[in-house]
This record gives sequence, C-alpha cells and structure tokens, in this order.
Amino acid sequence: MIESNSIPILKLKEFLIVSIQTDLHDRMAEQLQYDILNKISETAAKGVLIDISALEMVDSFIGRTLADTAKMASTLDSDIVIVGMKPAVAITLVELGLSLGKVHTALNLDEGYEFLKNLIDEEMQLNGENPTQETEVKKPDASGSD
Amino acid sequence: MHLVRIKEERDIVDARGTAKEIAREMGFGLVDQTRISTAVSELARNIFHYAGEGEVRIEADCHPHKGIRITFTDKGPGIEDVELAMTDGWSSARSMGKGLPGAKRLADRMELESEPGNGTKIAIEKWLPE
Repeated sequence: MIESNSIPILKLKEFLIVSIQTDLHDRMAEQLQYDILNKISETAAKGVLIDISALEMVDSFIGRTLADTAKMASTLDSDIVIVGMKPAVAITLVELGLSLGKVHTALNLDEGYEFLKNLIDEEMQLNGENPTQETEVKKPDASGSD
Repeated sequence: MHLVRIKEERDIVDARGTAKEIAREMGFGLVDQTRISTAVSELARNIFHYAGEGEVRIEADCHPHKGIRITFTDKGPGIEDVELAMTDGWSSARSMGKGLPGAKRLADRMELESEPGNGTKIAIEKWLPE
C-alpha cells in the first residue's frame, strides 16, 4: 500500500492533464482536488483535462469531489473537462441520482482538448484578447454574441 | 461468504472491490457489476462515517432468487428517521445525500433495520437476469 502515492498532474502548454489510474479512496480524491487547485494557481493553467477512463465506478463522494473541483477551478479562472467516463459508470451515476452539475465532459482526451481550446478562445475573444489557435484561424463574429 | 471489516477509509475500496469481483464471478454483466460496487461503496461509507466501524458480508446467494446479497451491519447510532434518510437529497454527513436512496435504486431489493442507539443493518440484493 503506497499511502503517499499522489496522482501526477502534467502541464501541457496552458493546460493540465490528470489521468486517474487507480481506484480512488476518499482521502486520495480530496488530496487530488487540493493538488489540482494548487497546480492551477502555480501555473495559471486555463484548463484541466481529467481522464477517468480507468475508473470502474464513481460514487457520490467521488462525483461530488469532481463537481466541487470544477466549481473551485472556475473561481481560479480555469475550466475542467472530465473525459473518458465508461458507459457503465455513466449509467450508474444517473441511476444513483447524481448530477455532475455544470461539469464539462467529453468522450475522450482528444475531444476534451478541442473543447477546452474552443472554450478558452471564445473567452479570450469576449475579452478582446487574441485567441490561442495557431493552425486554424477562426473568424470572429463581429455582429454580436448571439 | 466474504466478510470485509470496515474500520478505515480504504476498507470502503476493499469492500466494493470484493463485491465487484464476486459479482463478476457470478456472471453479472459490467453494468450490474458497476451498480453493485457503487451501492456497496455508498453503504460501506455510511458505516465508516456514521458508526466508525462495522462489517460488510457478501454472499453469492439470495434465496429464492439467483443473485448476490450484501449485508451491512454496524453498532453505530442508528437512523432516527428512516423515511427521512431514504429521501433524495437528505444527508447528515458529507456525501451528497444520495447514499441510501441511491443504493436502493441500484439494487433490486433493500431491507433496512435500524433503531436509534442500536445500530443499523441494511441488506441489498441484486438478481441475475433470468
């Protein structure tokens, strides 16, 4: 039993990537929440991708911790996307009566990454900053936000 | 019959892992395995949070049905108002108030005996599809 084995958080450009590869016990989930928020604050990451494809179940505690982490991250101006939820986990979550609230989810890491990138570009455009996209030039719609 | 004692937090992980493994061996599909391990996680956590300790008994038999029966026993404070505890959204601890009603929805049958001051005994059953 490796008690202090924490889940690695990788920085990739303006994003953080977390892949949960172990069955989370409660304290570990809380520690991960704290670590992610710390890392956001340290790196000013604009978004966090949390891969839960290896999680075989998400109960109310883990679900709440993930939802809370997303809320807390947004107060630090960072967006969280949960990616890779197993279908059986999604079914069980809904039957359990758990809603992840406003947490963004995506099918896999690729889609989560695209989603975050678009989200952040939109936010930057709203703030009148230059988008981060390098390969694809998106034409800003000057006629209004609707 | 398998017995998992709940004394510390990581025993919750042990209980749900053991239940899932037994369910898999019994021939439950992946979604049912997930329902079972999630329900066990909720109810084992209740033991840990409310009673401090207790036990989870996992049996590959729930006569007259073919299925798994899991019993959660503790000598904690008991549940004062069972009806209230079964209400969605109600929680006196730190989960999301999904524990009891959520576990009931994930199971095919749930029995609950509790007396304030005398602990709680909860049994859930999940039946194999015919």
